Amino acid sequence: MHISRYLIGALAALGLGQAALADRGTDGQVNILYWQAPSILNPYLSGGTKDLEAASVVLEPLARYDETGTMVPWLAERIPTLENGDVAEDLTSISWRLRNGLLWSDGTPVTSRDVQFTWEYCTAPGGGCAQIEKYGGITAIDTPDARTVVVHFDGPKPFPYTAFVGAQSPILQHAQFADCTGPRAPECTAENFAPIGTGPFAVEEFRPNDVVTYTANPNYRDPDKPAFARVLLKGGGDATAAGRAVLETGEFDYAWNLQLAPDVLDRMESAGLGQVISTFGALVERIVLNLTDPAPEHGNERSTRAHPHPFLTDPAVREALSLAIDRPLLVELGYGPAGRVTCNIVPAPEIYASDANDACKLQDIARANALLDAAGWVDSDADGVRDKDGAALRMLFQTSTNAVRQDFQALIKQWWSEIGVATELRNIDASVFFGSDPGSPDTFQKFFADAEMFANNFDGTDPEAYLANWHCDQIPTPENQWQGSNIPRYCSGAYNALVDQMRRTGDLEKRAELARAMNDTLMQEFILLPLVDRGRVSANANSLGGVRLNIWDSELWNIADWYRKDG
Amino acid sequence: MLSYTIRRLALAIPTLLVISLIIFLLLDLAPGDPMAQVPLTVPPEVKAQMREALGLGEQVHIRYWKWLVQMTWVEPQVLIDHLFGTSLSEGKLRILSWQHRGPVMDVVVQRLPQTLWVVGTAYLVGILIALPIGIWSAYRRASLFDQAGTFVTVVGYAMPPFFTGPLVIFIFSVQLGWLPSIYDTTHRVTDWNSFTVQLRQMVLPVMVLALQTTAQISRYMRAAVLDSLGQDYVRTARAKGLPEAAVLGVHVLRNALIPVVTVIALGLPAVFGGAIITEQIFSVNGIGAQLIGAIRAGDLPTVHTITFIFAVLIVLANLLADLLYGWLDPRIRYE
Amino acid sequence: MSERASLLRRLARHPGAATGGVLFAAILAAVWLGPLLWPLAPDVIDVRARNLGPGLAHPLGTDQLGRDTLARVLAGGRLSLSVGLAAMAIALGLGTLIGVCAGFFRRLDGPLMRLTDLFLALPLLPLLLVMLLLFRDSLAGIFGPEGGIFVLVVGAIGLTSWMPTARIVRGDTLALKEREFVLAARAAGTGPIGLMTRHILPNVLSPILVSAALGLATAIVTESALSFLGLGFPPDFPSWGRLLSDATIYLADYPERVIAPGLAISLTVLSVTYLGDGLRDALDPRLGR
Repeated sequence: MHISRYLIGALAALGLGQAALADRGTDGQVNILYWQAPSILNPYLSGGTKDLEAASVVLEPLARYDETGTMVPWLAERIPTLENGDVAEDLTSISWRLRNGLLWSDGTPVTSRDVQFTWEYCTAPGGGCAQIEKYGGITAIDTPDARTVVVHFDGPKPFPYTAFVGAQSPILQHAQFADCTGPRAPECTAENFAPIGTGPFAVEEFRPNDVVTYTANPNYRDPDKPAFARVLLKGGGDATAAGRAVLETGEFDYAWNLQLAPDVLDRMESAGLGQVISTFGALVERIVLNLTDPAPEHGNERSTRAHPHPFLTDPAVREALSLAIDRPLLVELGYGPAGRVTCNIVPAPEIYASDANDACKLQDIARANALLDAAGWVDSDADGVRDKDGAALRMLFQTSTNAVRQDFQALIKQWWSEIGVATELRNIDASVFFGSDPGSPDTFQKFFADAEMFANNFDGTDPEAYLANWHCDQIPTPENQWQGSNIPRYCSGAYNALVDQMRRTGDLEKRAELARAMNDTLMQEFILLPLVDRGRVSANANSLGGVRLNIWDSELWNIADWYRKDG
Repeated sequence: MLSYTIRRLALAIPTLLVISLIIFLLLDLAPGDPMAQVPLTVPPEVKAQMREALGLGEQVHIRYWKWLVQMTWVEPQVLIDHLFGTSLSEGKLRILSWQHRGPVMDVVVQRLPQTLWVVGTAYLVGILIALPIGIWSAYRRASLFDQAGTFVTVVGYAMPPFFTGPLVIFIFSVQLGWLPSIYDTTHRVTDWNSFTVQLRQMVLPVMVLALQTTAQISRYMRAAVLDSLGQDYVRTARAKGLPEAAVLGVHVLRNALIPVVTVIALGLPAVFGGAIITEQIFSVNGIGAQLIGAIRAGDLPTVHTITFIFAVLIVLANLLADLLYGWLDPRIRYE
Repeated sequence: MSERASLLRRLARHPGAATGGVLFAAILAAVWLGPLLWPLAPDVIDVRARNLGPGLAHPLGTDQLGRDTLARVLAGGRLSLSVGLAAMAIALGLGTLIGVCAGFFRRLDGPLMRLTDLFLALPLLPLLLVMLLLFRDSLAGIFGPEGGIFVLVVGAIGLTSWMPTARIVRGDTLALKEREFVLAARAAGTGPIGLMTRHILPNVLSPILVSAALGLATAIVTESALSFLGLGFPPDFPSWGRLLSDATIYLADYPERVIAPGLAISLTVLSVTYLGDGLRDALDPRLGR
């Protein structure tokens, strides 16, 4: 007997299963499985996706992104724009207006003071707020009346939709968190485990790294929602177990983020209990090439611009490395429905995606060889490795330890050997590779290798901050404790100028044009080799309706609309 | 015996202090970073501030001292407060996890029930199966039963739980649909019906774990019975004409059980420690899952605390084993 | 040494020990000599031949990158057995040394047994995990990626499993020390080193050999658990445990990928256990039939 069916049966027996869909709490319980268990329900104290999404059921922002990446008003009445006058002409302030009659789940009204307090909470010194970047540049927040919030910036802000937008910066209740600011933030266990929110559900019980149970919020703004009375969000296990519990045994209704081999997913889906759903955002698995010399003999100047790389500074070599890669095969082997070939570092949203680089979709070993021949890289000592002026094309290629990445490494090593490039592979434990301990030589930022592979994306839908990563002053160096996002150590005046121009441009079309230009510059320099646009794959049971998989915001963003299908 | 126990307990204190220091220093040197799991979209300078807020800036000996005080002074007070309704610990800072920022001990306590239910039952079931198998294998040495028993227990020992787990799930949950594959920790046992639900969800993880216990204990039992079967007093008993059942039940078993009981007592800490791999496969989320999760997330306060609790339990189990030994075997005297 | 010859004769007559010994020798031979007979390399990728079932070209099929499963099982065996043998050797060496010293020298007994107790009280798995995290990269720098992790896994397992051997050896040494032949040798002026190597060690061989068999099995199983937790060998160096855990999700689709490494681990542990049982019986005169 499957548990979900068991439940439906029990409810039908009570005469509830037949009730109209449009009543609050009539569809019983929905069971959600997150194989990474949520640790905390305060998104300001954790950057982890699992925590943000578990909190998003309770805590809501003023506006969020729907599944197409379009901003929609949520707790606010409308999206402030220049046209409707809510964004000041000089771009230095933005004014939000809360919906009428909003209540917290404890029955008290939501006011502009709560919004203002949220900003104070995150920017209080000593609190270690993970989302402080969202509140960058805010000098003051005014609350002219209980429903109006005016945010002032320190200068013109062409894209003012960072604070209070998306799952990363929802509104906290002032009354609950007033004593939890600054250094006291982490000590407020009760508050962090059960924040009071405006969402369709309220926390009933939270067990860190195990399970969250929610019950329908009696004060939710739409009297007919949510359809479910309870939510059980279970964590733990692994992606295989999660997929199996929804698709093969029917114990759960929804499983999050199923990074599984394509044929495994296919077989699970063929059991007929549910379906695999996927969508694509901006997460790109890429290879980064090091433009500086990582050789150990440079000591403190390893991987700094003091020593240019012996061969990766040659654009012909970089282009040949890119041409040798068979991206469609990588997608097929590693990601299946969860990946697609991309030749851009900004593959989405639509208006930012360039089509100028699509040539990379085809592997062309012959042309790669011809390019290297023409650039003078030939195998002069007949050891199978091309060389020129004493420099041989021998690379160290590192990434984090992960089965798919090691498969990719093995394949790419083989392709590069076909163009006369010898590759040594190395993989480093993810907690070290992505950690930023300045004492460790193995972080992806120190980049003591010639090439490395990882995935990155940007929050929300605006790539401005992301594209600014390749500005000259973002280069990690010993002076800044290797903190910086310009991993390839790329530095170009023309690119910097584009970054600065985008910072000053407010018009969406023009911003898109600039973003495409920056993307094309990076792509045609071949310092970043995009491999796969990695989507999000989840699964839902056939009996669960209303799911709209969203990669731009929390996957549980519209849980108020989820319902139980009859039958 | 009492003075012996007290002396042993007193000796355990420096041992535990040394162990806690070793663990603390080892972990402190480990290259992990509690911020490594934070997405790359969070800028490095923000991560640096978050690290600062965790208290990572302080020196090792200060952090060790703080932890030691919290572990041995504040946490017991919290326990006393909880038991007697006093307020000794009010306003004192407890050991907080870096992952969830809540008190580590609260989560340990929260996870004890499911750990004991699953791992404890498996231990018990394993022992109950293992003892008869071991005795009979030794008694009918080299018989078909002995051969088959050895074969099955050894294969059971050789098959890691990460393989047997998915295998039993595939058979009993996916193909047959009889039993759940995910353990529901929120389930409450209130009546007979909910008890059967609890039993059903325990069957698979208990099966996987009990296989391991059975394999090990039955080997010990077999060896112990073999040993005592060869002793002179058994020959004497047989020569006296005692019935076989009495020889086996009284003379052989009583002596063979002495080493086995010790082994069982020594295995007890592992029951509280949970089973890392099996817990992960069935999402039991017991203490084993808490430990491996903390290790992966670089959550040092949790790792320190749990390993220290293990160490205490191991020391206590050793003492228990020695005392049991003395109680079962009157030849041994503790002075 | 006629003693050794008679031991071998007794072992050969013990059916369990003989079966176990032959099986273990066969596994060792297959794993080390196999590559001579089976020419496919374990790391050659052939994407056109991926996910093949068992066939003539690939008797055990191929994996998701088209690598030959048989070649990978053989390579995995070299790794797993090397880890098992080396870890066992460390544990035995350390355990015997500490056990004999503690039993032989009265002054060392207290401190050494305290040390053993300390190690017994250390929570081993967490410690193992921490050691792996801690030294993984520095050792990889010295011995290369494969060598580093090998030294680490072997060292970690060896250093955390010598205590039972030490306790048993100490007990036997204490008893032997008072026996007539040792007293006679001592009276004849034999030094402590000579006493230990010539008289004590040969006589504690039996418990050592038995714990050797157990230790080998435990080391192989522990390594596979570490691989599953992602803390053992990286995915590109397949040990049996790694192959088994990688193949588990394909249980329904490609059972041969699970059966091959699973059978290999079971057979090895089984053969070693039989061998250990046989050794114990053969070395214990009371049980001889």
